[in-house]
Amino acid sequence: MRAAELDDLTEADVERVGTPIRRIDALDKVTGRARYSADVSLPGQLVGVIVRSERPHATIASIDISAARSVEGVVVVVIGDDVTDYRWYEDDEPLLPPVGGTVRFIGDDIAVVVADTESIARRAAALVEVAYDDLAVMTDVERADDEDAPTLLGNEDIAVDEEGRGDVETAFDRADIVVEGSFRTPIAVHNSMEPHGGVADWRGDQVDIYTSTQGINDVREQLAERLGVEHSHVRVVCEYMGGGFGAKQVPWKPTMLAVLASKITGAPVKVMNDRRSENLAAGKRNATIQHVRIGAKSDGTVIGIDAEIDTEMGAYSVPGEAAAVEGPYLYLYRCDDVRVRTRRIRSNLGPAVAFRGPGYLESTFVLESLMDELAKKLGIDPIELRRRNHAGSDQQDDIPWSHPEGILRSYERVEEASNWVEAFEREPSRRVRRGRGFAAHDWLAAKAMPPGHATVEFNFDGSVHIGLSSQDLGTGTRTVLSQVAADAMGIDMEHIRLSLGDTSTGPPAPTSAGSTTVPTMSPAVRAAAVAAVADLLDAAAEHLDVDRSTLTFDGSAVTSSDPEVDDQPLAELCTDLSPRVVHGWGSKEQTPDDVSPRAQGSAEAEVEVDLDTGEVRVTRVVVGPDCGRILNQRLADSQVLGGVTQGIGFALTERQIVDHRLGAVMNPDLNEYLLPTVSDTCEIVHAALDIPDLNANVIGAKGIGELPLLPVPAAIANAVHDAIGLRFRELPITRRRVLDALSERDAAAANSNDEKESA
Amino acid sequence: MSTDRAPTQHLTVNIVVNGRSRHTTVEAGDSLLTTVRDGYRLTGAKPSCEIGTCGACTVLLDDEAVYSCLVLGAECDGRRVDTVEGLGDGSELSPLQEAFIECDALQCGFCTSGQLMSLEGLRRANDAPTSIDIERAVQGNLCRCGAYRHILEAAEVAFTARSAS
Repeated sequence: MRAAELDDLTEADVERVGTPIRRIDALDKVTGRARYSADVSLPGQLVGVIVRSERPHATIASIDISAARSVEGVVVVVIGDDVTDYRWYEDDEPLLPPVGGTVRFIGDDIAVVVADTESIARRAAALVEVAYDDLAVMTDVERADDEDAPTLLGNEDIAVDEEGRGDVETAFDRADIVVEGSFRTPIAVHNSMEPHGGVADWRGDQVDIYTSTQGINDVREQLAERLGVEHSHVRVVCEYMGGGFGAKQVPWKPTMLAVLASKITGAPVKVMNDRRSENLAAGKRNATIQHVRIGAKSDGTVIGIDAEIDTEMGAYSVPGEAAAVEGPYLYLYRCDDVRVRTRRIRSNLGPAVAFRGPGYLESTFVLESLMDELAKKLGIDPIELRRRNHAGSDQQDDIPWSHPEGILRSYERVEEASNWVEAFEREPSRRVRRGRGFAAHDWLAAKAMPPGHATVEFNFDGSVHIGLSSQDLGTGTRTVLSQVAADAMGIDMEHIRLSLGDTSTGPPAPTSAGSTTVPTMSPAVRAAAVAAVADLLDAAAEHLDVDRSTLTFDGSAVTSSDPEVDDQPLAELCTDLSPRVVHGWGSKEQTPDDVSPRAQGSAEAEVEVDLDTGEVRVTRVVVGPDCGRILNQRLADSQVLGGVTQGIGFALTERQIVDHRLGAVMNPDLNEYLLPTVSDTCEIVHAALDIPDLNANVIGAKGIGELPLLPVPAAIANAVHDAIGLRFRELPITRRRVLDALSERDAAAANSNDEKESA
Repeated sequence: MSTDRAPTQHLTVNIVVNGRSRHTTVEAGDSLLTTVRDGYRLTGAKPSCEIGTCGACTVLLDDEAVYSCLVLGAECDGRRVDTVEGLGDGSELSPLQEAFIECDALQCGFCTSGQLMSLEGLRRANDAPTSIDIERAVQGNLCRCGAYRHILEAAEVAFTARSAS
């Protein structure tokens, strides 16, 4: 059954959906039983360790593997010349560069050493001697336009992508006020607790791959095609995965190298990145430089938005990250004249890949900083300013938003939950200033990412199995899809088992990215469940030799309106029907084209700034994400906590530090790359909306993953401005930057006092 | 360089793992993390940062929470090591594990074993931990999913229930 044939989910249809049911796989996670990719241990398994480039840009003069190969316990050392049939980045670059080939960042893959144990492989990997002929390096994309800038792969002709509408130049002529600035956002690294990688087990012409990925089907299809085998010969398993946040939405080299190493050695091989590799060669949020101006009328009406954006995308193009950086400028506010010009510039750093709210997070920080500035300059309340510029429709495609007022409901909820209109103490002590800030956000992905499919079968005892090949990243996919199926059939959760995380457990499902799993898979699962109930009634009618229209199913029994026919308890009925398997198939194949499904929201943040130390402490964040129908409040709350926590990190501490003279990342570890700890968090309030958006899909749920992150850095930056009157146009807002800005202001004030005195 | 190519030195250790004295063979330089995972086949403790920053590998060594990536397996001969697999009693969960489920104090679950073991270390050392004690106990345990607030809540629930009983 297609989801398009389903009736919209109404309140009468929901019983388990919306309740805070416990995460069904939590037991495995609190007992250490959840099996992640690195926990897979097959008989005879070997371990591979990747040798990575020590130079940011060089051709390989020679590779000497003799010392490595002589270490006892080493099985094979694979270099580029051994695997010349395989391409990787951009389907063009060699999987491993051969001698004479090029490495393009420190950490670029050169070889893999396969040994009996990890410690042997690591020791041997250190003995692989690579000689390099260095090439000119550029890690700072602000140099890209310099005459002496080296032409890197992909930088031969740096294109300007222009998007927008109307005529920006004349719009600014009509503006009463213009706010503008140059902003910078840092390279941020996903740093999932579980690194990339996996175990491959090649047998004959088939391979099983256990890998940490957000897209088991995508890994299957892409690796099959690269290996030249049928999709059916590749099975990909990701039962549990230890965080992805976008970095695992595409296949990566460690998985492919494990597969080839397994093929070469005839044994299962595990290849996992270490933490340094995670920071150098496993994706990142790209840095941006954004020059943006907003023109407005004196009543706050925005009449022109003009953005020029450079993004640093690393040495190779990987889908996802910079792709949507223009989004907030195009969609968040009503404005006839918008222009966004974006350049995507290569550097000698590791490739960027989608990171939670890719592109959107970077530009939401900028747009919402400028909107705050506009509000302050015009003396308009920041929330009121957003209301006055409410869009309600997709102005690029001229169609309404799926829920045109969802974001207005978010403003109301956040305003109320944060006591926005009440008095706020800004000077709690002589050396501490408090402030509060507000920010809104858009998100594009509520439209879902079809196709997605699911099957539902009744076992012969009446219990239910659901099969699909999504993966649960820790977001709660298993749980919420089980809730959806339970309601569709009227059957309690305890009778349902849902299998996912294995390409052999169900029909294809999309990669889990962009908060699209729920809007794609919940309609598919409901359709499959409804189809299974229909099949049950068909089978029962045949079995009982009665008119099917007299039969109904209430979750525990099939009953007939004909009093002559006995009730058929489900378990007995399924036993009687055996060997026939009662089943249903469901699919979600389309997204609506008459509305623009959006998932938007807003946040308020409160901070304390210590004038002595420059430390910014976030003391409370309130977020109101319009994720549509909330399938499970408990899990939605967890997503909110996680999004806000990552927002605090992006605003205050996280950045990859690059020494441009060396072309080297200085903090490729968790000592110096500062993830938020428990003590960096604060009271986090989920101002839940729970408004089913039935224009987006039949379930009305839009996904929540990205939403609670997107407005948070801007809200924090605006709160810092509110506290100390300084606007930070570069993230993260570190203590150093706060102290420098404070002393610069003090010096300027002293200067102007001197001038007054001397005058 | 010659030592790098030398045959691997192995030695046998006897560690009391989750209450049971067991032998295993370790390479001389193996961490306790490797010993627990590869020697004893207990994979709840996770390799993540491998330099004693993230806490995903936390286990108890003689009742004290340690980063097992920073301890040599060979050092643990004759000592007691407790891992997340030993937290419950058979198939009965410990109150901390129950509270983690109830409060949804996890998402992807990769750091969860370490969070639980840091809190178990606190529980063994302190009869009535305060909120500050709880926060300090998990300050060295990173959670990229950002479950921290629920982790604090779960610990409060578990420890409050204990002091009430």
